[in-house]
Amino acid sequence: MPNVSFTPNIQRHVSCPSAAVAGATVGEALEAVFRENPRARTYILDEQGAVRPHMVVFVDGRQVQDRRTLSDPVTDQAEIYVAQALSGG
Amino acid sequence: MTDRFLVATRKGLFTVQRGERRMSPWSITAKAFIGDNVSMVLTDPRDGALWAALDHGHFGAKLHVSRDGGTTWSEMVAPAYPPKPADYKEVEPAGGRPIPWSVLRIWSLEAGGEDDPGGLWCGTLPGGLFRSTDGGGSWELVRSLWDHPKRREWFGGGAEYPGIHSICVDPTNSSRVTIGVSCGGVWVTEDRGVSWTCRAEGMRAAYMPPERQFDPFIQDPHRVVQCRSSPEYLWAAHHNGVFRTTNGARSWVEVKPQPSSFGFAVAVHPGRPDTAWLVPAESDERRVPFEGRVVVSRTRDGGESFTVLSRGLPQRHAYDITYRHALDVDASGEHLAFGSTTGSLWVSVDQGDTWQTVAEHLPPVYAVRWVRQRDSGAAGQ
Repeated sequence: MPNVSFTPNIQRHVSCPSAAVAGATVGEALEAVFRENPRARTYILDEQGAVRPHMVVFVDGRQVQDRRTLSDPVTDQAEIYVAQALSGG
Repeated sequence: MTDRFLVATRKGLFTVQRGERRMSPWSITAKAFIGDNVSMVLTDPRDGALWAALDHGHFGAKLHVSRDGGTTWSEMVAPAYPPKPADYKEVEPAGGRPIPWSVLRIWSLEAGGEDDPGGLWCGTLPGGLFRSTDGGGSWELVRSLWDHPKRREWFGGGAEYPGIHSICVDPTNSSRVTIGVSCGGVWVTEDRGVSWTCRAEGMRAAYMPPERQFDPFIQDPHRVVQCRSSPEYLWAAHHNGVFRTTNGARSWVEVKPQPSSFGFAVAVHPGRPDTAWLVPAESDERRVPFEGRVVVSRTRDGGESFTVLSRGLPQRHAYDITYRHALDVDASGEHLAFGSTTGSLWVSVDQGDTWQTVAEHLPPVYAVRWVRQRDSGAAGQ
């Protein structure tokens, strides 16, 4: 199953432990996480289900292409990493 | 008189309190959300709840509540836009960017009236007004305003998108709510949000083309405040000057404060509708205090004349600007406090005649709010 892990910066606001979840796309994998941890959803996705503008999702070290519907495919061995983009001050 | 106020800043929320004796100094007695961007704070006099809106750059806008005076905080559900219809197309008129159906910033937060228990209002960038009827347990976009064809003409002022920064709930009739929009004028509902009317007649935007200067729909009130004892009286610090209405926003009259008419913050005495305070900047083009002197401008005659108040405020090489929510007057009308972009904070216990410095090194101050108690009758006269 793909493994999803999260930036340490988010942990201060909402606990997001790494999790191995079922899913064939980024969206399905994240949805599996959010089912167990609904608060995390609003920290990562906006109301329309898109990745927040200053967040970024990597699959095996590569940024996902589809930030709006999260359709990028993932393999069973995929490492999905949810990070914050560098911005702000 | 109130002896406690909250200060929302770029990097935390602070409580300021006076010692037990009348002449005791004011000091910061509590802090919360250190490092986080606190875009707005509300003290609800009906149940004593404190609300803090956070604007996490990465993680979005959030709402927290404290029911023990600020000792502990809990995250609550934040207002959220409904799903955007797939075929919906709308761009912000000034910049041409698509309007996101997403809360970019919580910019105003107000309690409903005593006759509206559980009622809360929330104004956001990019222009959606939200209402809760269950004390913040859930929020709903006010579709009557969002779907109003003229709402689509709202445009960003200092921000990329339009926003609702002022929500005035009439203390005598909470179904009447007045909001201020940058940029989009002043809007009033008489039926708790079922229908809306733009009421910005008399406001003037000299920076617009001549044929649009008096167009109510393009006006840029920076802040709108309402007198609690005389709700027909409202004041607006506007991009183009200062305006006052004595008839519930049906018409506005421009007044000419000293030393300048440009600024963001305005406060009105809760019991004297002709008494108001402003924190002026030099001009639109040069947003610094006039001659490097921080002053407060006060009128007690409805804007016929103004007194420039400076005792206790820095008068040399001061470049503090006060944002629209960073000036507040308490329920007695005696106490005022204001903060600045450069982290200074001042308080007055004599209607602004003299000021005490509370802090000089805070993060940029976004909002100052006196803790309001439940109304116990008319405000001080």
